[in-house]
Amino acid sequence: MSKLFLSGNEAIARGAYAAGCHVASAYPGTPSTEILENIAKFKGEINCEWSVNEKVALEIGIGASIAGARALVCMKHVGLNVAMDPLMTYTFEGTNGGLVVVSADDPGMHSSQNEQDNRVLQRFARAVTLEPSDSQEAFDMARAAWDLSERTGSIVFLRMTTRTSHSSSLVDVGDGARGAVEPKPYVKNPKKYVSVPANARAMRFEVEKRLEVLRQESEASPFNREEPGERTDFGFVASAAAYNYVKEAFPEFPVFKVGFSNPLPAERIRAFAAKVGALVVVEELDPVLRDAIVLAGIPVRDYATELRMMELNVDRLRALRRELLGGEGAAPAPEKPALPALPARPPTLCAGCGHRGVFYTLAKLKATVTGDIGCYTLGVAPPLSSMDTTICMGASIGAAFGMRKAGYKGRLAAVIGDSTFFHSGMTGLLDVVYNKGAITVVVLDNRITGMTGHQPNPGTGRTLLGEPTVQTSIAEVARALGVKRVHEVDVYNLAEVERVLKEELDCGEPSVVVAYGSCVIAAKKAVGAVPHAVDPAKCKSCGACFKLGCPAIVRGEETAPGRFRSKIEPAACIGCDVCAQVCPFKAISTTKE
Amino acid sequence: MNETTNVTLVGVGGQGILLTADVLARTAAEAGLDVKKSEIHGMSQRGGSVSSQVRFGARVHSPIIPEGETDLLVAFDAVEAVRAFPSVRPAGRALVDRCYLVPITVSSGLQPAPEDPDGALARLYGERLLRVDSRALAAEAGNPRTANMAIAGALSRLLPFPEEAWLSALRGRLPAKLVDVNLRAFALGRAALA
Ligand SMILES: Cc1ncc(C[n+]2csc(CCOP(=O)(O)OP(=O)(O)O)c2C)c(N)n1
Repeated sequence: MSKLFLSGNEAIARGAYAAGCHVASAYPGTPSTEILENIAKFKGEINCEWSVNEKVALEIGIGASIAGARALVCMKHVGLNVAMDPLMTYTFEGTNGGLVVVSADDPGMHSSQNEQDNRVLQRFARAVTLEPSDSQEAFDMARAAWDLSERTGSIVFLRMTTRTSHSSSLVDVGDGARGAVEPKPYVKNPKKYVSVPANARAMRFEVEKRLEVLRQESEASPFNREEPGERTDFGFVASAAAYNYVKEAFPEFPVFKVGFSNPLPAERIRAFAAKVGALVVVEELDPVLRDAIVLAGIPVRDYATELRMMELNVDRLRALRRELLGGEGAAPAPEKPALPALPARPPTLCAGCGHRGVFYTLAKLKATVTGDIGCYTLGVAPPLSSMDTTICMGASIGAAFGMRKAGYKGRLAAVIGDSTFFHSGMTGLLDVVYNKGAITVVVLDNRITGMTGHQPNPGTGRTLLGEPTVQTSIAEVARALGVKRVHEVDVYNLAEVERVLKEELDCGEPSVVVAYGSCVIAAKKAVGAVPHAVDPAKCKSCGACFKLGCPAIVRGEETAPGRFRSKIEPAACIGCDVCAQVCPFKAISTTKE
Repeated sequence: MNETTNVTLVGVGGQGILLTADVLARTAAEAGLDVKKSEIHGMSQRGGSVSSQVRFGARVHSPIIPEGETDLLVAFDAVEAVRAFPSVRPAGRALVDRCYLVPITVSSGLQPAPEDPDGALARLYGERLLRVDSRALAAEAGNPRTANMAIAGALSRLLPFPEEAWLSALRGRLPAKLVDVNLRAFALGRAALA
């Protein structure tokens, strides 16, 4: 097979296939999502699913590993926070079938709510960290990961980043064939798999013994290698994407490329350090390698150039180069003509998105909105401007209840998406009913996981592989949890949305409003098929429809200074009718005959 | 000493930028070069700016292009081409579509409309500016959704790859029933920059 042009995520899926992976589970999250979507192409050979959250995904991987299968679990960086609990104990118990976890960090927060270096958590969990620099390494490391996990009994992490996941490069996948690996037998062994204190105390020593074996693995690993350079006054230690930038910004220097980064190949780095003047460590985010090297008693050359926050790139390493080498090689910045002022192009809720009318109404009702994570977080942007807080998935509910407990008297709504509700909203809601919280939980139910690219969830009615399955009703879940006041509304009926929200926000009891409207993109609603239009004779330039922030509604004629008629871009409108309902002058209507 | 060629593609979500970047990268690979492509998606379907970078040469390390080192900018939107100006080398060229999609910030009146983007482009890029009207070409090809392949056709004039490499990359990336119309758009784009 000749070389394939693959993204890091596609390469992992191929590597897992080549390694004979049997079971794969994940919860979507940028930049990790496409791994499982590519694994799904191997259905029949790899049993795969979208799990409801990362903790469950990891527990499925653990169960599969206990049963002897080779398991893969994928998540974005914050997903590992959710999955820490099973991780921290299974690392004690040790694998049977190999367990490989992909944890994808997002340096620079291209599409995340925070920045965190999960290598810290991997070290904390005494797991192996492999850090690919490109798609070839993503493939090679994935292919090697299960053998390593089974040989050592350890959980193996592939630490991806947005850059390594979403960059593509050429990959030699060998013959591309499926690894013919039979699952190991399951052998009942409570001393290994039941971590009651008596067993856990024995395991505690096993974990440390395993770490010693892992250190030897790291020292011998082909993923750690020295690359010579013409100059030796400095030598670089670098991993992952940072390695690429070092090669480009410091082409004449030797590099110790760390691929197997936890545990650290300390002796090989010590030997490398002996050959160079000063050892400079470059890595993305926290000083994980640097601290481990210093702890091993190897002196490093620290620097003042800021490289510990946000995504690295060649430019930032050139700044380091100027610090280390003085003016040498620094190019003078060329004069550039000034740019005219340019309008920003932020992401917005789609034209016709059902979330819009709910935010419009909540703003109208002057509710304080604790928000959550999904497309609907865009409700924070003007002109809707109707979100007060966003923390992590599921936090809207606890945060609203906490505000209430703190004595906040105003209208309080927790707004959460359907996928987020199933992920970690249900437990928060149970807490609210149990403890008699007077807040309203609004579930924006578009029956899909929109933000991450429309993955099905338990409310969709089909699985990852497109098979029909149960369609869990959020209203029924709420009732089963004990919520007495549960309403379902159609997001495109604004009068109903307003009537119900007003009543619920003021009811003084736990209440749930499921606001249903399928996702415009996922349901492939026909954009431009039967658009609405503004009748210029009736439009009074009042600007009410502009408050919706719909991309299909644009400024038309200026009727007085600063006052504009509205106009609807027919090619962008799906005819959702929300603007027509907002218009006080009935100037907007469908173009349908 | 410019061994790696750096191409930056910019535009707005939904314009087919990522597919075009992919076809370009596969063309470079077909031509036997090392190639890396980088992109940031995530919010792209929701009207935000989208960009992709393709680098090719004997050996490419970083998938991202250092600031100000783009050799060739391919802009699917005129305002995005103005915005991307600092990323282009002093001698770098820009292939810019006639299209200007009004950002929501402007249509809703939150920010003023950009003043004369075409004039700004001419002033900034001077003789290094090439324009193409991909929407007209796509209409001529028979499907408005092939505008991106019309741009690819124009782009093919500016890069040293044999036409056959482009066509093979394009065929490899499109569903069979869409190949013909896209090949037509590609040919029209290629002719437009002759
Ligand atoms: C713990 C965690 N896992 C995954 C993500 C990535 N993520 C962001 S939003 C989202 C899902 C949103 O889906 P939904 O709640 O249905 O809202 P929609 O986008 O459809 O409006 C996911 C999976 C995350 N931010 N945190």
